[in-house]
Amino acid sequence: MNVDLLYETLSQIPLEDLNFWQSLFTKFYRAWFLEDRWLKYFEGLLTTIEVTVIALIIGVVLGVLVAMARVAHDQRRPGTHNPVLSAVNFVCKIYVTVIRGTPMMVQLMIMGFVIFASSRNFTLVGALGLGINSGAYVSEIIRGGLMSLDPGQSEAGRSLGLSYIQTMRFIVIPQAFKAILPSLGNEFIVLLKDTSLISVIAGKEIVYAARSIGAKTYEYMFPYVITAIMYLIMVMAFSYLQSILERRLRESDRR
Amino acid sequence: MIDVKGLKKAFGDHVVLKDITEHIYPGEKVVVIGPSGSGKSTFLRCLNLLETPTAGTITFKGTDITDPKSDINKYRQKMGMVFQHFNLFPHMTILRNLTLAPTQVLGKKKDEAEAKAMELLGRVGLADRAGSYPNQLSGGQKQRVAIVRALCMEPEVMLFDEPTSALDPEMVGEVLDVMKQLAKDGMTMVVVTHEMGFAKEVGDRVLFMEDGIIMEQNTPTEFFDHPQTERAQSFLAKVL
Repeated sequence: MNVDLLYETLSQIPLEDLNFWQSLFTKFYRAWFLEDRWLKYFEGLLTTIEVTVIALIIGVVLGVLVAMARVAHDQRRPGTHNPVLSAVNFVCKIYVTVIRGTPMMVQLMIMGFVIFASSRNFTLVGALGLGINSGAYVSEIIRGGLMSLDPGQSEAGRSLGLSYIQTMRFIVIPQAFKAILPSLGNEFIVLLKDTSLISVIAGKEIVYAARSIGAKTYEYMFPYVITAIMYLIMVMAFSYLQSILERRLRESDRR
Repeated sequence: MIDVKGLKKAFGDHVVLKDITEHIYPGEKVVVIGPSGSGKSTFLRCLNLLETPTAGTITFKGTDITDPKSDINKYRQKMGMVFQHFNLFPHMTILRNLTLAPTQVLGKKKDEAEAKAMELLGRVGLADRAGSYPNQLSGGQKQRVAIVRALCMEPEVMLFDEPTSALDPEMVGEVLDVMKQLAKDGMTMVVVTHEMGFAKEVGDRVLFMEDGIIMEQNTPTEFFDHPQTERAQSFLAKVL
């Protein structure tokens, strides 16, 4: 039996008079099929992915730069003083403190309603806000990874005549990357899910789509359950990719 | 070759090296011994500036390397270092461990660096392990690879920081054999060690360090048979 026809028939009857399964079906039909609403979720999904990717790039670039500046400052040769590095380190510290010390949603609202109040491109403003937020956390993860490595590793590199940059590139960063991959993956999952917050500044992602469908049908269960399932599938797919990468990087641990 | 003048090193308030003036001649094998905490390792690490001296100068073949303007990387290329804990790069194969610095720092071609690495690896009996990762080797094998890694840079001096202290007793011999061979080939060596037998057999000069100073120095025979200071006598009584 055709679903459209079934809905046609059931919608003639008042909702109270339908049995449990019939009312469930009617609600689902309204949340998904009616007026091609499923397209709305996928449009929202596309925006979610777009925002995640933009925020991810901003976050990683910012995170790497901030972590490098801070580690370079902490590991400079004792007795030497570099005023530029000290200034950069100070700015980085303030950035990390402010971002980690305030709620994500407040940051987004300040971005959307204060700093970029005149902008209509809510999605991009949201992505920028998320990227700046993520950068602070990523920088701390990377800094932790760089600091956790046995100092003997960089000593060995330097003792062979490699420069600081070369030691970082060939010895420290590849090992640190392997060590931080789980926490980095975790941060990316948090970022992906936090994109839902940009709906508060009118970014048109999945939650925004679900909420507007709910507002039309006065029925929120299916829109939000569908949203939850979409996030879950994305996160599971990402976790799977991450586990493949981790397995490949473990090659040198073979004994 | 290496001239150390008035070397001092303090970590905060803790003074490790008080005032060291010493000269290391080309081809010489200097063995540094002393109780733990006496500053032997710090002295060695100061020689290639892994520790920055608090005061004093170190001159290598006429260049003051403690001058902040001097290029430490250039200087370190000429000075190989072997660590107590090997410090091989665990994410690279043995061969890559050996060729990384020659290709990146000396600008050698990959096959040229590999040929050299394989030749040296063969000399320590580990040519068949070129494709392994460090974690797949035993401690003695790791340390032999670490020595080869330093040698691949064709250094003029080799520094050894307690190279056998982290090894199982049965693996000490294989590492010492490599070092003895190196000494025979005429390498200038500075060795911090607790292996008194090695000091006697290979050393040209023994430096006895205690409390941040070089308390006594002599030829191995003289030092071990007739230690001058009371501190050296009680130290030798305990270790021999």
